Amino acid sequence: MKRHWNRRRKVVLYTVLMALVVLAAFAYGALIPESAAAPDFSQAKLPPSLAHPFGTDWLGRDLFLRTLKGLSVSLTVGVAASLISAVAAVLIGIAAATGSRAADGVITWIIDLVMGVPHTVLVILISFACGRGLKGLLAGIALTHWTGLARLIRAEVLQLRSQPYIAVSRRLGKSSGWILTRHLLPHLVPQFFVGLILMFPHAILHEASISFLGYGLPPEQPAIGIILAESMKYLSAGMWWLAVCPGLLLVAVVLLIDRLGENLRRIVDPYSAQE
Amino acid sequence: MRLEANKLRFRYDRRSPWVLDGVDFSVSAGERTAIVAPSGFGKSTLALLLAGYLSPTGGQVLLDGAPLPKKGLCPVQLIYQHPERAINPRWRLRQVLEESGSLDSAVLASFGIEAQWLDRFPRELSGGELQRFCVARALMSGVPFLICDEISTMLDVITQAQIWNRILAEAEKRGMGLVAVTHNMALAKRVCTSVFDLEKQEYMAL
Amino acid sequence: MNDKKPLLEISDLSVSFLMYDGSLERSSLQVISNLSLTVHPGEILAVAGSSGSGKSLLASAILGILPGNASVEGSMRYGGEPLTPERQKVLRGGEIALVPQSVAYLDPLMKVGRQADGHKKPRPTAERRALFRRFGLPEETEGLYPFQLSGGMARRVLVSTALLSNARLVIADEPTPGMSLDQAKEALRMFRDLADEGRSVILITHDIDLAFDFADRVAVFYAGTTVETAPAADFRRGPEALRHPYSRALWSALPQNGFTPIDGFQPYAGSLPAGCLFAPRCPLRTAACEAGTPPMRDIRGGEVRCIHAT
Repeated sequence: MKRHWNRRRKVVLYTVLMALVVLAAFAYGALIPESAAAPDFSQAKLPPSLAHPFGTDWLGRDLFLRTLKGLSVSLTVGVAASLISAVAAVLIGIAAATGSRAADGVITWIIDLVMGVPHTVLVILISFACGRGLKGLLAGIALTHWTGLARLIRAEVLQLRSQPYIAVSRRLGKSSGWILTRHLLPHLVPQFFVGLILMFPHAILHEASISFLGYGLPPEQPAIGIILAESMKYLSAGMWWLAVCPGLLLVAVVLLIDRLGENLRRIVDPYSAQE
Repeated sequence: MRLEANKLRFRYDRRSPWVLDGVDFSVSAGERTAIVAPSGFGKSTLALLLAGYLSPTGGQVLLDGAPLPKKGLCPVQLIYQHPERAINPRWRLRQVLEESGSLDSAVLASFGIEAQWLDRFPRELSGGELQRFCVARALMSGVPFLICDEISTMLDVITQAQIWNRILAEAEKRGMGLVAVTHNMALAKRVCTSVFDLEKQEYMAL
Repeated sequence: MNDKKPLLEISDLSVSFLMYDGSLERSSLQVISNLSLTVHPGEILAVAGSSGSGKSLLASAILGILPGNASVEGSMRYGGEPLTPERQKVLRGGEIALVPQSVAYLDPLMKVGRQADGHKKPRPTAERRALFRRFGLPEETEGLYPFQLSGGMARRVLVSTALLSNARLVIADEPTPGMSLDQAKEALRMFRDLADEGRSVILITHDIDLAFDFADRVAVFYAGTTVETAPAADFRRGPEALRHPYSRALWSALPQNGFTPIDGFQPYAGSLPAGCLFAPRCPLRTAACEAGTPPMRDIRGGEVRCIHAT
């Protein structure tokens, strides 16, 4: 049986699960009526049960539905931040590998600099500086997560440039732009996607932690971080499900994305994956 | 047309030894010259210099008196010993050929390149078949000079004879100049009209 | 042909690989089929064939180092006894030595001088130095690491390593590419010396003209099977002395002989024709050739797998 769970099947499985999660998270906004998640004091402070899988909070709101809504916010923020970051990483990586020695030196130095600062601190600082809220959060995450992928892309491009077929292409009269788009970019696309997917968990977790700390999204928007922050007050009252359930869901989703990304990376580039 | 190397000197950087030190070599259109020497004497380096892949540290490589162009189609095309390194592994072979111009079915037919191979990826074909693609790609560019760096050393004798016979036919038809780097004297004598010994830096009698 | 008992006898060897092709299906790829050959003490057997014919896999099969997804059928006997995986483990590196195709087989962290001396029974250094000198390797070579050697130098070190070992059977997998003609001849001369001492050499090569000059017998490989095994003298004499159309084609394609190739190319392991594997390219092809794999027949002192051979 174990043989059947080869890497390709795992990727398919994880992708399907991920699709379900996304569907659930976003479908909530579309399909489920507001009333289902509305405060209902008669149902307040209930532990998990069949009717309310995650229990209800102090206002009587169904926590499962609220968490799903929060998940959709976290996912959106995560995806947006990761996209900006990944695109920036690719541009910077290519610039470093194809530019002059001096430019490469400067970019590498900047990469080392950014990587050297503990990035939670950096994210907080940046989102604070950009004014808190969604814009600050996006800026904070995007400006700190491009470094790993940029390094990878730079290494890939450097290695590709030394291949004989690139030299042949040039001798056949092709311009640098042509070589970039026809030879280099197709090689980079898989790395880009894998890097992008692996960034999501980071971005989502950061969003959660920043919002938890109060620097991120406003409390009206039920991102998971907010939900968790609010639940802190009620832990001592014994309402453990308010923290544990959303927390577990967050961990599960993040793990799922991470596994998906790692398996994809193993398929795309077997030598760099860390299991 | 005449391709020549005048007092060619080359080393990779200031700390490395000289790979080539004052080499004089030339080949004209219609001529076929072999370059022979034991390994380590810089035959491949000379091939790379003649085709414009490397710039000389000293001396010059001239085509009809002018240096080789840095941009655009280089009139001197090189074919490597290892075809799998000279082809983008992510491209289909049709794209590889089209890089040098639109497909010339006559050339393809003469090299025994089957239509079904065009849609395949390089990893699906053997070294001999890939080398046919590299040769066809070079010939389809229509350039007057061809440098073959040990192109059949890794191939079996039948594939070697197939490829060389076709190169000779094309070279004859177009009046191309041919340089063949090889360590196989029997092949050199069969294919070329003169032989240049890089170790002794002199032309040998055939 | 000597009458001594064969050192190595391979009968009807077939090697196939289980592959996952594109989809999640598993298929079996036959890379060596019905291969038979024998090696006698004191002889050099050249195995000649193009790349992709399976000749390198033969070396791995004899040594027992095929990859995990390989399945082997047929029998191999060494010194009269069956060659089982346990025996292979004991013999390889000792009685059966390999001169591999690439430098990657050398230990990258050990200087080549020491590597050539050998792990199990280090030979006196003087002998190794003399050998390096014979190959034209400069004195300093023994202090270099494998990555510092040029291709040709690396080959010469690999050959020396095998020559210095105590092996009774040396399998040399493409030992000569990258060497100059003189160096290649020198290497083969040394294999000849080994054979004259009573040891045996299997020389896997596609430089067949060199093989003819130094080997005792030549086995011609095509698409994973032997099509002819003949005394090397027959190859030196010319195509009339040869039996199989492919051997004759090889001879005629040599630049010194005619430089005339036949058309077509060797079939892939995945798309072997039914019947005689060479039939699609063969000038002597008839309907009978496609009926089934021709058996090996003894003709004029050699063996051939062709129904038309005389």
